[in-house]
Amino acid sequence: MTLSPKRRLLVLAVAVLLLGGAATAMVLRAAARAEQPQQGGPAVTAGQVTLTRPGALALLNTAQGPHRGTLVSVPAENPRGDRTASDLSCQRFHASAGTGVCLRSTPGALAQDNQALIVDADLRTVRSFPLAGTPSRARVSPSGRFAAWTVFVAGESYGAAFFSTRTAIVDTRTWQLEPDLEKFTVLMDGKKYSSADVNFWGVTFSKDDDTFYATLGTNNQTHLVKGSISGRSVTTLAQNVECPSLSPDETRVAYKKRVQRGASLWREHVLDLRTLREQPLAEKHSVDDQAVWLDDRTLAYALPTEGAVESTDLWTVPADGSGSPRVLAPGASSPARLG
Amino acid sequence: MYLADRSAPAGAKTAPGPGPGRTPAVASTVFALGTVSLITDISSEMVTAVLPLYLIVGLGLSPLGFGALDGVYNGVSAFVQLTGGHLADRVRNHKLIAGLGYGLSALCKPLLLLAHSAGPVAVVLALERTGKGLRTAPRDALISLSTPPELQGRAFGVHRAMDTTGALLGPLAAFFILSAAVGGYDAVFGVSACVALLGVVVLVLFVPGRTDPLAPAAAAGPAAPAVPAAPAAPAAPAVGVREALALLRLPRLRALALCAALLGLTTVSDAFLYLFLQSRTGIGEHWFPLLPLGTAAVFLLLAVPAGALADRIGRRTVFLAGHALLLAAYGLLLWAPDWPALPFLVLALHGVFYAATDGVLPAAVAATVPGDLRGTGLALVGTGQALARVACSLAFGGAWTLWGPGPALAAAAAGLLCCATVAGFVLRDPRATPRTDPTRRPGGTTR
Repeated sequence: MTLSPKRRLLVLAVAVLLLGGAATAMVLRAAARAEQPQQGGPAVTAGQVTLTRPGALALLNTAQGPHRGTLVSVPAENPRGDRTASDLSCQRFHASAGTGVCLRSTPGALAQDNQALIVDADLRTVRSFPLAGTPSRARVSPSGRFAAWTVFVAGESYGAAFFSTRTAIVDTRTWQLEPDLEKFTVLMDGKKYSSADVNFWGVTFSKDDDTFYATLGTNNQTHLVKGSISGRSVTTLAQNVECPSLSPDETRVAYKKRVQRGASLWREHVLDLRTLREQPLAEKHSVDDQAVWLDDRTLAYALPTEGAVESTDLWTVPADGSGSPRVLAPGASSPARLG
Repeated sequence: MYLADRSAPAGAKTAPGPGPGRTPAVASTVFALGTVSLITDISSEMVTAVLPLYLIVGLGLSPLGFGALDGVYNGVSAFVQLTGGHLADRVRNHKLIAGLGYGLSALCKPLLLLAHSAGPVAVVLALERTGKGLRTAPRDALISLSTPPELQGRAFGVHRAMDTTGALLGPLAAFFILSAAVGGYDAVFGVSACVALLGVVVLVLFVPGRTDPLAPAAAAGPAAPAVPAAPAAPAAPAVGVREALALLRLPRLRALALCAALLGLTTVSDAFLYLFLQSRTGIGEHWFPLLPLGTAAVFLLLAVPAGALADRIGRRTVFLAGHALLLAAYGLLLWAPDWPALPFLVLALHGVFYAATDGVLPAAVAATVPGDLRGTGLALVGTGQALARVACSLAFGGAWTLWGPGPALAAAAAGLLCCATVAGFVLRDPRATPRTDPTRRPGGTTR
């Protein structure tokens, strides 16, 4: 290219103006959209959300608009109805018996600021814990005493050959924190197992305030483990089980099963804990979520919204493999039964 | 000499060949390429900073699926680098191949918006890595071809410092956009694409096109400028694979490639180091994402001085000293008592290690490889180093599994000590090895 220095500067100036203008327009459009409620979406109004309201569902509202990302409550019998929005915003949320855990990631000056907040029934923060990575899974035990969370600790670039999860459990009575489940003793096939590539994710609690189930990933395999908080140990039960969710009657776990080795493709299944027999569910989409039991027969989980980026819809499907999936609530994630 | 030259006007805009007797501190081409890298790094680090959140929260995916692909990315990137370097030499147009690489990466940013599930996202990211692999060697070749031999270290230092500046600014830009527009990932990707395109525009406008590798200043090498080299320059034959392979017959390049690979085999990956540092010192979880910034800040401050020092006292000395400091960092992590200053010391040493090696190695390679094979030569060493580091990650992971983190790092430290000793021996004074005329192709054809 043989342009004079002056010409080159001129071309550069034009490019800066055009590209800068386009970039500014995109940011302004996204900012305006964040202020505008979504057309045809559920009505969202600010109000009082309490975690002890009987017959209500808590959701994270992912619909466009001023209350995007906030915790909302809806009537359990009409989950597609109007939403009452709190001013608590989270990326993941779960609650039980008046205790909530909110995983929050906010842009900081230099890096993301990730935190786990333990909130009371009125959504007041009781305690907060800094997180080492991006929020992924959150659970509270049925009694409300224990909370667990999983974060992804990624390297400094998406090309780095490094990737890890960290799962923590906290006792909300004593505030004793187990920052990393990897410190627990692992029994695999009856033998003590240790490896550097051990990762845990997706804790689900039993009612006894000691037993929990979780995913153990190691050596390119995922295992369902049954753990004991007081015993600081876990035992493997089955293979190719991720993100378990214990049914209210504690006889089954729902989980995602990888259906193609090496691919990010999962199908939701239910495993009977006595017979270890598995039952695929009617959902044919790849479910990449830790499902929630709405009752002993029904599961709820999030799927990416068709055709829209940055939003998920909540779906529901019978837990026995029958029926067909249907939308529980559009523009939502992280469901939890309140009361 | 540099001090006197720095007062000279920022330099012949038409770059590469500075007139006899007047050497600008850093060629304008280097500044232009540094600017391109700075802008491009802002763009790519914007995406990197928000990608985990976008995948997990925006798309509801778990990035566990990508963990398996990481190794593939790194392998692909290393081989693409070799292709890019050789292709650039072959078509005699480093700018073209570098531009294609930058362009490909720029195109990938808006594509991220169309990818709604893990598979397509992985494909887009792989393409982005391909663009990065493609551009690396030709870009470094352009830097070295526009810089006189005695200033190579400084030139690479300037480039790497500008590059890192962009990497530090990227997340700031991304977080600014996300705080202006809640959930505005599309805006982040769109702005990132605009920024990347601006980088390509700067490359097209301000980086000189075909470089004549046989011009006196360009034919950088230990003995180059004085040699009235290559009388038959105009009719230089095309560069083929055979000539590229013959490069390995250059003893000095072979030595450098060997040492880069050997040392790469014992350079524990950054992430492992940060993990170890955190578990060793018990620093808070929320500091973890900031650890790489500590290394980057030190690297940014010292890249230029370290490069200039390498030009003055010898690249071998600085390169080996960098690895000695890395060894010191390993030692501190393993055996130092629990000082409050320990994390700062380790990060500082880690940053100095990068400053003393990251730009100094290509500077040393450039001084060894003839101009018309510069891209290939740089890529050969770069690929060797990258593959060695992947191997190190795997081996280190295995050792950590078998013996635990402490013994694994101790083993790495012992390995590094051995490799550095071997490298010190192999890279001893180049004058002691048979001198090669860098303007001459390897393989014996005199022109």
